Amino acid sequence: MAEKNREDSSDMQRRADKAGGVTRRSFLRHLGAAGIAAAALPGGANSKDMTSEEKTLDTVVPIAGAMPVTLVINKKKHALKVDPRTTLLDCIRENLAITGTKKGCDHGQCGACTVHVNGRRVNSCLTLAVMHDGDEITTIEGLGQPDNLHPLQSAFIDCDAYQCGYCTSGQLMSAAALLNEPCGHSVDDIREAMSGNICRCGAYPNIIAAIQQVRAKA
Amino acid sequence: MSVVGKDMPHDSAVGHVSGESIYIDDMPSAKNELLVDFVGSPVACGHIKSVDYSEALKIKGVVACYTYKDLPGINKFGPIIQDEVLLCEDHSSFIGEPIVVIAAETRKALAKAKKAVKLVVEELEPALSIDAAIKKQDFLDKTYRIARGDAERVLKEAKHKLEGTCIIGGQEHFYLESQAALVVPGEYDQLVVHSSTQHPSEIQQVLAKVLGLQQNQVVVVTKRMGGGFGGKESQATHPAGMAALVALKTKRPARIIYTKDDDMKFTGKRHPFQNNFQVAFDDNGRILALKAHLYADGGAAADLSTAVLGRAITHIDNAYYIEHADVVGQICKTNYPPTTAFRGFGGPQGVATIESIVQDIAAYLKKDPLDVRLANLYGTTERNTTHYGQLLKHNTLPQLFEEVVGSSDYRNRRKLVDKFNSESRTHLKGLALTPVKFGISFTNTMLNQANALVNIYLDGTIQVSTGATEMGQGVNTNIKMLVADEFSIDPKCVIVMTTSTEKNNNTSATAASSATDLNGSAAVNACQKIKRSMAEVAARHFDRVETGIGAFPDRIVFADGHIYDERRPHNKLKWQELVAMSYRERVSLGERGYYATQGIGFDWSKGQGSPFLYFTCGCCVAEVVIDRFTGQMKVERVDILMDIGKSINPGINRGQVVGGFVQGMGWVTNEELKYSDKGALLSYSPTTYKIPNIQDIPAALHCNFIDNPNNTVNVRGSKAVGEPPLLLGLAVWAAVKDALVYAGKGQVPKLNLPATGEEILMRLTELKKTTLAVKSKGKEPAKIS
Ligand code: FES
Ligand code: FES
Repeated sequence: MAEKNREDSSDMQRRADKAGGVTRRSFLRHLGAAGIAAAALPGGANSKDMTSEEKTLDTVVPIAGAMPVTLVINKKKHALKVDPRTTLLDCIRENLAITGTKKGCDHGQCGACTVHVNGRRVNSCLTLAVMHDGDEITTIEGLGQPDNLHPLQSAFIDCDAYQCGYCTSGQLMSAAALLNEPCGHSVDDIREAMSGNICRCGAYPNIIAAIQQVRAKA
Repeated sequence: MSVVGKDMPHDSAVGHVSGESIYIDDMPSAKNELLVDFVGSPVACGHIKSVDYSEALKIKGVVACYTYKDLPGINKFGPIIQDEVLLCEDHSSFIGEPIVVIAAETRKALAKAKKAVKLVVEELEPALSIDAAIKKQDFLDKTYRIARGDAERVLKEAKHKLEGTCIIGGQEHFYLESQAALVVPGEYDQLVVHSSTQHPSEIQQVLAKVLGLQQNQVVVVTKRMGGGFGGKESQATHPAGMAALVALKTKRPARIIYTKDDDMKFTGKRHPFQNNFQVAFDDNGRILALKAHLYADGGAAADLSTAVLGRAITHIDNAYYIEHADVVGQICKTNYPPTTAFRGFGGPQGVATIESIVQDIAAYLKKDPLDVRLANLYGTTERNTTHYGQLLKHNTLPQLFEEVVGSSDYRNRRKLVDKFNSESRTHLKGLALTPVKFGISFTNTMLNQANALVNIYLDGTIQVSTGATEMGQGVNTNIKMLVADEFSIDPKCVIVMTTSTEKNNNTSATAASSATDLNGSAAVNACQKIKRSMAEVAARHFDRVETGIGAFPDRIVFADGHIYDERRPHNKLKWQELVAMSYRERVSLGERGYYATQGIGFDWSKGQGSPFLYFTCGCCVAEVVIDRFTGQMKVERVDILMDIGKSINPGINRGQVVGGFVQGMGWVTNEELKYSDKGALLSYSPTTYKIPNIQDIPAALHCNFIDNPNNTVNVRGSKAVGEPPLLLGLAVWAAVKDALVYAGKGQVPKLNLPATGEEILMRLTELKKTTLAVKSKGKEPAKIS
């Protein structure tokens, strides 16, 4: 095996540029001025001198190719700079370390990553963080907290509507969105509305019971 | 005040609903943490000619690449037979078998590096089916056999005979949380390994071996899993091993999280089986003799296959007395990821075989399969010894049958199904009752032991640690309740701690449904030791304050958070007071408990013994409706009745039963693993691999328990529930087979497992075309598949 000596990152970048490869920086250039302008760069950004542009970008945007975005997560404003390819899910979990939202499949097929964007449920693995500038995002942490649980969270506890818990935040976010959707009152309607969230532990009957419990009270 | 027997929310309830429960991927990253991934074999069977990762190392952010040559220890391990490697040497034996481990600072660098690794692998001819392995006579381990009586002779003489092959598919675990590990290096090459595993001790042992460390240098910690189902028993060693290698070499924390796709493609699954059988029976459908040859697809390495096969062989009787039985089993070596533990552990494949046979006998004799089942059912005073010689004590199967036939209205519904099928030209219905009798204990007697650590703190609160791992099944809640009850205190005073090999050594896997039985018993043992010392302190105290009663620890009672001498119940000490008093009197407030299951044993050389402490039993009635033109099937109603002894936590147990049933239903219906002709899994995501969805749950699902206070051999009279209900899913499959009988008009229908819509449609079409000659005595047995 060979362990590599850690290289100075600027050396690395220079080499990549020389080799003519698409670096994140050149990718950013392709994205056009809008993204860069939004970063509100100091004067130096307008310089035609390539070297100084790089320098400026490096100071202002430490992550190569990152784009600024402001997300309002659980009522708190987060001004971030993220790689434009970052999914909303990864942005929430990794950039912001808010980890109640889970990654199951990462392909929009399991529902574990469900969050609310402006009140509507979304699979956060299927959408990019930069597409949500200014959006109000609610994650499980915003739905309710241990000392202030949302009625659905309490109902999930009453009905044992989980086992391993990995699908649970997604189930709850879907269920919470359902409460405000034009969803019929039968069990079949709930099944239809909850069909995007899978649970390998098979807690489905309990999940239905929990949702029914809350809807009955509402 | 007893909490055992009452519903109590899961001990992670609030954490789960608020998103505060921490899984490995949620643990905060250290600044210098590395992300780990691997490049695996591109072919199912190959000769690795060269490995070149020099380009990968040039990528910014990539810190290291390793191959087997970098392993400081021995690259060979396995839970039963040592035939597995952490990293391939010059041979690869399934697609995705790890060859190069990569460590990088960012996910993007990792992804780039994976593409930059150059492998030259010469493709060799793989074995990609049970038949291919049989043809090559390539088996893992020896042939296993259990026999009683003279099946050969009875088969020759019997009036009715059937023979055939049961084709049973595998199953993907699909735990929502993929395989994950985070390894933090410490001083002197000590490692702390956070692993999403059901078996921390195995991870510890394997890692020490492959990394050339002593076992005491490796601490494996498991807080919880986002589902396990058997798939994180031995299969968790690879991810943990690769991350540990990186952490050890780079001295930086290393984390590996499999993507769902990779997890599905590259980790082992439930064993597919192909079981040949010959059965002889009388006019009533009573089985006179059974000969069966079981072939399990073991994949590329032994893993837990021998034990899985053992459970299949010991469960092929299911609920039925088979006087003359000859059951042989072999494990086929193929080029798939090593098949592994999965809830039921071979039991479901054994039970599927006999339930299929029973359906066939009924179809052949034109009887209701329920009557054939009743004709074969284990008795309470006679016909109650298994084919391996274990006596069934307190057999509740007859009671379960009687009650569920009544509560489900089976007889009446049979008539309705008959009527429906004679009238409907578009749909078919099927009805079936299948039982389960599941042996509780590890079949490897040695594994039936556990230890526990109970520490009481000066404010009266308690920490309990055991080797049990929490994967949602509620073992921690059960143990918490057991411990609280031992001292008769509020369960809020008890916390079940993170599982760690630092506190509990040489533990068994959280498997075989036995986690609460073993670990709960060990925890109770520890509590009782502490109680004995505390009772002495209390006795001395009451002797001082109550004149003339003397100090008799045996008379000391722990009740409702108080302690008193039963002769002077008015004079009480608070629990906290006694804790403080015991500390002042220098009495140990922490103990280690131990438990080893007594009275079990099995001798494979004779195929005889009593491997199980007891059996968990149940019945399930399922009714299905099938579209005659598309094969689409829907489960309309399910009635489950189980004997789980005296339940520790009925709410949690109910969740286990329903969840287990649903998982079993998935296995027998929609969960089909499709491979390419090169051995690559094609159904590797939830879009192509269909686990039960909320809409697949039967509209009517009833789940009940019978009262059974007789299981006194186990902790608090309870019975294990983790796996048995999974086998009840077979009622759905049997109901499909039942429906086909109506379509086949006198034929014994074939049906592979899983009964996907496609499979059902194929069988319906086939039944239209073929007729089956009913053979009788003296002629060849009728072939049914
Ligand atoms: S992780 Fe987003 S749907 Fe599965
Ligand atoms: S609770 Fe485990 S996946 Fe739903």
